[in-house]
Amino acid sequence: MKYIIAVIKPHRLEHVREALASIGIEGMTVSEVKGHGRQKGHTEVYRGAEYVVNFLPKVKIEIATTEDMLDKALEAIQEAARTGQIGDGKIFVLPVEKTIRVRTGETDREAL
Amino acid sequence: MMSMKKLKIFAGALAASGLLMAGPALAEEAKLDSGDTAWMLTSTALVLMMTIPGLALFYGGMVRKKNVLATMAQSFAITALMTVLWMIAGYSIAFSDGGSLQSFWGGLSNAFLVNMPVGKINGTIPDSVFMTFQMTFAIITPALITGAFAERMKFSSMLVFMGLWMLIVYAPITHWVWGGGFLGDAGVLDFAGGTVVHINAGVAGLVSAFVLGKRVGFGQENMAPHNLVLSIIGASLLWVGWFGFNAGSAVAANNAAGMAMAVTQIATAAAALSWMIVEWMLRGKPSVLGLISGAVAGLVAITPASGFVDPTGALVLGLIAGAVCFWGATGLKHMLGYDDSLDAFGVHGVGGIVGALLTGVFARKAIGGTPGLIEGNAAQVWVQFEGIIATIVYCAIATFVILKIIDMIMGLRVSKEQEIEGLDFTLHGETIHD
Repeated sequence: MKYIIAVIKPHRLEHVREALASIGIEGMTVSEVKGHGRQKGHTEVYRGAEYVVNFLPKVKIEIATTEDMLDKALEAIQEAARTGQIGDGKIFVLPVEKTIRVRTGETDREAL
Repeated sequence: MMSMKKLKIFAGALAASGLLMAGPALAEEAKLDSGDTAWMLTSTALVLMMTIPGLALFYGGMVRKKNVLATMAQSFAITALMTVLWMIAGYSIAFSDGGSLQSFWGGLSNAFLVNMPVGKINGTIPDSVFMTFQMTFAIITPALITGAFAERMKFSSMLVFMGLWMLIVYAPITHWVWGGGFLGDAGVLDFAGGTVVHINAGVAGLVSAFVLGKRVGFGQENMAPHNLVLSIIGASLLWVGWFGFNAGSAVAANNAAGMAMAVTQIATAAAALSWMIVEWMLRGKPSVLGLISGAVAGLVAITPASGFVDPTGALVLGLIAGAVCFWGATGLKHMLGYDDSLDAFGVHGVGGIVGALLTGVFARKAIGGTPGLIEGNAAQVWVQFEGIIATIVYCAIATFVILKIIDMIMGLRVSKEQEIEGLDFTLHGETIHD
């Protein structure tokens, strides 16, 4: 079992969701986050006072997959999230020790 | 032979025309005019709305989220406190006859409104309406000051400061200009409160900003407005409510009120446009904050002039005020290095000064009874200047002294930790859950 954390541009979320759904991945957790890699922030000016905003809004998607679905999931996410402009985001893959469905108690593959 | 019905209509018309022409005789009788009264009741409500929620929202949106409740609470609490203090002493100090001290203050003969029985007429409206109308001015003036020390003043000290300030600074200056005091006698033209309200609040704000010092992290931290939607709504309520402020200062539903409303609208719009254009040219983008700030600057500047200038004068006044207040809220602040957080001085102080001076320039005898510079009366500008200086000097000194005394007794600023955590929770025990 693997856990995928993908930080992407907010407006690509719907594309990623559809891409994952089309390969059979329905479950995910989404959060609104801020971040930056090498992408620079921007400056806002309020009555002459300048504020540099370094952190940009991003969306974090978290999903758990089985090993056999991992590569397809990564490909789906990357293709759907990519714009070609700086700031497209990053994807991390972590190992998962256990997955449990709260309602039924099913574990691992059956919990997905 | 006329029918009875026509006879009654004819008699009514005759009586009405007689009333219109009787003028001075009626004023001496102090007869209640229901049109005037209805308008003044409405104006009172409009001006109260300018503070709650107008100013509360305007300021609230501009501070950081952790301080929004505390900021809005200041306007609301000041509304409550000034109401009571105005009733107890403020109205008397401002508008009663102070006898031998009449030039400077009205005394306490009307403390607790003992001289305001239900049937008493003031001009053509009930005295109670005039009192409450003026009360709403005594409410908004201190509330304006809070913009200067936003995000760092103790709630308790703020209440004490505002209470003392209203009685010691606001009410006397009101008396000087409108209550039979020396500035009104000298011929200072201030229709709705350019000196009494805006220069007064602006200067007190400037002094407060210097005495309290800058916010922690000023110049380094991101202190961007947390929700300009609130500020836009607030500014809109200020604009609409200001008709009560300016047109209501005619204390009648008459030509003066009508012209005051018209010039208020024109000057405000002109100022919004001129701030917008200046900012667009200098910064590349016309900000929404600039647009609403320009409008407020215009509202401030037309305030003293609203009963004296014509539409063209208002147009020019507004265009100038927008541009000058843009500088007041940006260049001036950086030049002198103070943290007037929400530009109480930059917009209200500077706008009030510009408006008061330009009143002396654009006043037309046909409109308000006194000619200004454009009609050959250059002396009026000097009279305006005297009023401005008197207000600035007294307000600055008195505000400074009051602040310093409060500082010695109970402190003015919250602790650094409280300021960093935010005033909503540290002062009021509440947070926004969104």
